[in-house]
Amino acid sequence: MKLTRRAAFAAVAVATLALTAACGGAAGSGGSGGEITVALSVSTLNNPFFVQLRDGAQEAAKALGVKLVVQDAQNDPATQVNQVQTFTTQGVKAIIVNAVESDQATPAAKAAENAKIPVVAVDRAVNNAKIASQIASDNVAGGKLAAEALAKAIGGAGDVVVLQGTPGTSAARDRGQGFTEGIKASAGVKVAAQQAADFDRSKGLEVTTSLLPTQAALKGLFAQNDEMALGAIKALAGRDVKVVGFDATEDGLAAIQAGTMAATIAQQPRELGKLAVEQAVKAAKGEPVTAKVDVPVKVVTKENLAEFKK
Amino acid sequence: MTTTLVERDDDRIDLRRLLSDNGALGGLIVLVLALAVMAPNFLTAQNLLNVGVQAAVVAVLAFGQTFVIVSGGIDLSVGSVAALSGMVAAWSFTEAGLPGWLALVAGLVTGLAAGLVNGVMVSYGRLPAFIATLAMLSVARGLTLVVSDGTPKSTPDEITALGSTIGDYLPVPLLVMLLVFGLTGIILTRTYAGRTMYAVGGNADAARLSGINVRRSTLVVYGLAGVFAAVAGLLLAGRLASAGPQAAVGYELDAIAAVVIGGASLSGGVGRATGTFVGALVLAVLRNGLNQLQVTPFWQQVVIGVVIALAVLFDTLRRRNK
Repeated sequence: MKLTRRAAFAAVAVATLALTAACGGAAGSGGSGGEITVALSVSTLNNPFFVQLRDGAQEAAKALGVKLVVQDAQNDPATQVNQVQTFTTQGVKAIIVNAVESDQATPAAKAAENAKIPVVAVDRAVNNAKIASQIASDNVAGGKLAAEALAKAIGGAGDVVVLQGTPGTSAARDRGQGFTEGIKASAGVKVAAQQAADFDRSKGLEVTTSLLPTQAALKGLFAQNDEMALGAIKALAGRDVKVVGFDATEDGLAAIQAGTMAATIAQQPRELGKLAVEQAVKAAKGEPVTAKVDVPVKVVTKENLAEFKK
Repeated sequence: MTTTLVERDDDRIDLRRLLSDNGALGGLIVLVLALAVMAPNFLTAQNLLNVGVQAAVVAVLAFGQTFVIVSGGIDLSVGSVAALSGMVAAWSFTEAGLPGWLALVAGLVTGLAAGLVNGVMVSYGRLPAFIATLAMLSVARGLTLVVSDGTPKSTPDEITALGSTIGDYLPVPLLVMLLVFGLTGIILTRTYAGRTMYAVGGNADAARLSGINVRRSTLVVYGLAGVFAAVAGLLLAGRLASAGPQAAVGYELDAIAAVVIGGASLSGGVGRATGTFVGALVLAVLRNGLNQLQVTPFWQQVVIGVVIALAVLFDTLRRRNK
C-alpha cells in the first residue's frame, strides 16, 4: 500500500509539472534579459471586444519590441487585484489595467503604485488612483450615439425596447445611461420596455421572443452589445423592427451589410489596445506620456461600413 | 466520528501522520516545490503573503462550507450571500447613514439570516439542500442587485480595514483567515455542535435515534455557513474598498472544491478544518503560480480543473489503500 501511495504522489507531481511546463513553455518563453516587459490585465476574454483589444496590444508590443504578459480577470474585480499584485512581484515595467469595475480597480492600481510601477488604464477608467495615462473610450457617449441612430432609423417616432447587458456591470450601466439621455432628444420615441439579456446572444433571442407579444407597435430595438442584437434579430424575423447594436464586432458588421441591423457603435478595441501599449512603454522608459488619449466612438451604418471592415 | 477521535487522541504534531492523514498536503507541497523551481519570484516573502491574501475569501467561504458538507449537505448560496452581506453593509453606511461598525454588524446579521432561511428550508421544509441553497443563490444575488441598484457602493473605514495591511507586511485578510481557521477547528472537534455534525452527516437516522436534535443541528450548520459567508463578503468588500453587485460570482464552486480537495466526502461525515485550509491554499497557490508562469489565460482554467481532479483522485486512492 505504501507503494501505491508513493506512485500516486509521483503521478500528481509529474502531471502537474508536465502540465505547467507545457503551458508555461508555450506562453512564457522569450523573456530574455534587457527586454522591457509590460503587463496587461484584461477584464474578460470571453467577449470578442476584449479579445480584439488584446490582439491590438499584442501587435503593438511586437512592433515596439517589448514583451507583453496578458492575464484574464474573468470579470471578477477581486481576481483582477490578485493578478495585478502578482505582476508587481514579477519585475514588469508598466501595468495596463482594463478595469472590470472602475471603482473596484482602485486597490489594484494602488498595489502597482506602492511598487512604483506606472499604470495605464484602458477602455474603463480606474477611479481614485494615480494613473500615468488613460486610454478612454466613452460608453456613455456611445449610448447617446446609439439613441440618435435608432431614432433616425425609425423616423423619429414610435415604441422601442432596450436589451440591457449583465445587471451591475459598468458597460451596461454606462451604455444605458447614455441611451436614456440621448433618447430624450427625440420626443416621439418611447422606451416601452427594458430587460436584461446579459450581453449574451441566446438570451437576447429568448428575451426578445418573450417581449414581442406585449409589443404590438414596436418600431425599434437597442441592444447594449452586438451579441444580444444578433439574438434579437433572430427573434424579430419577419417583423419590421430596426435594430441598433454596440461594439461593431465582425458578426455585427456582417448583419449591417446584410441589412438586418440598422447600425452599431464602434469603439475600435484594437486601437485601444495599441495605444495602451504605446503609452505603457513610454511610461516604462520614463518618457513623457499623454495623460488622456481619447479613442473616438463612431456610428457604423451601411453608408460608412467600408471604413470598419477589415 | 473516527477521524475526530484520532485527532483528539494525538495532539502532538507528527509530520508523517499529518502527511498521511492529509492527502492534499502532499499535493500542496509538491505544487509549491514545483513552482519554487519554475517561477523565480514565487518563493519570496512578499509573494507568499500575496498568496495568503488571495486565498482568504475562498478559504473563509470554504470553512463555512465544511460544516455543511460534514453534515451531509451542500450550500450553493455562499457566493451570493457573501455579495449580499457586503452590499447590505455598504448600503447601511452610504444610504442608511449607519455608523461603520453597525454597518459591519448589519452585514453579519444578513449572512446569518440567509443561512438560517437555508437551514429552515432544509430541516423543516425538507427541501434537498441542493435545491434550497440554489434558490437562495438566486434570491441573494437578486437582492444584491436590488439593494445596490446595479452600482458598486463604497465601504466604511471599519470594513475597508479588513482588506488592509497592518504596518508594511501584515495583511488583515490573512489574520482573519487564520482566526476563522482556528474557530472552525475548535467548533468541529471541541464542541457538541461540531460532533453532532459528524453524526448527522454519517447517518442522520441513527443520529436522530440516538437522541440528537437533527433539525437544530441543521439550523446551526447553515447559520454558521451564512455567517462565514458574510465574513468572506466583508473581507472581499474591504479588499476592493467597495461592495460590488457582481462580487463573488461562482465562488461557491471554489469553496466546495477547496473542501473536497481537503479530503471531505460529499456524502457527509468526513472532513476537517486543516484539510479545507490546505484545499483553499492549493487553489490560491495554483492561480498565483499560473499567473507567475505566464500561462495563457485559457489554459489556466484547464490546468486548474485537471489539478482539482488529480488532487481528489490521489486522495481517493490513498483512502482505498488504507
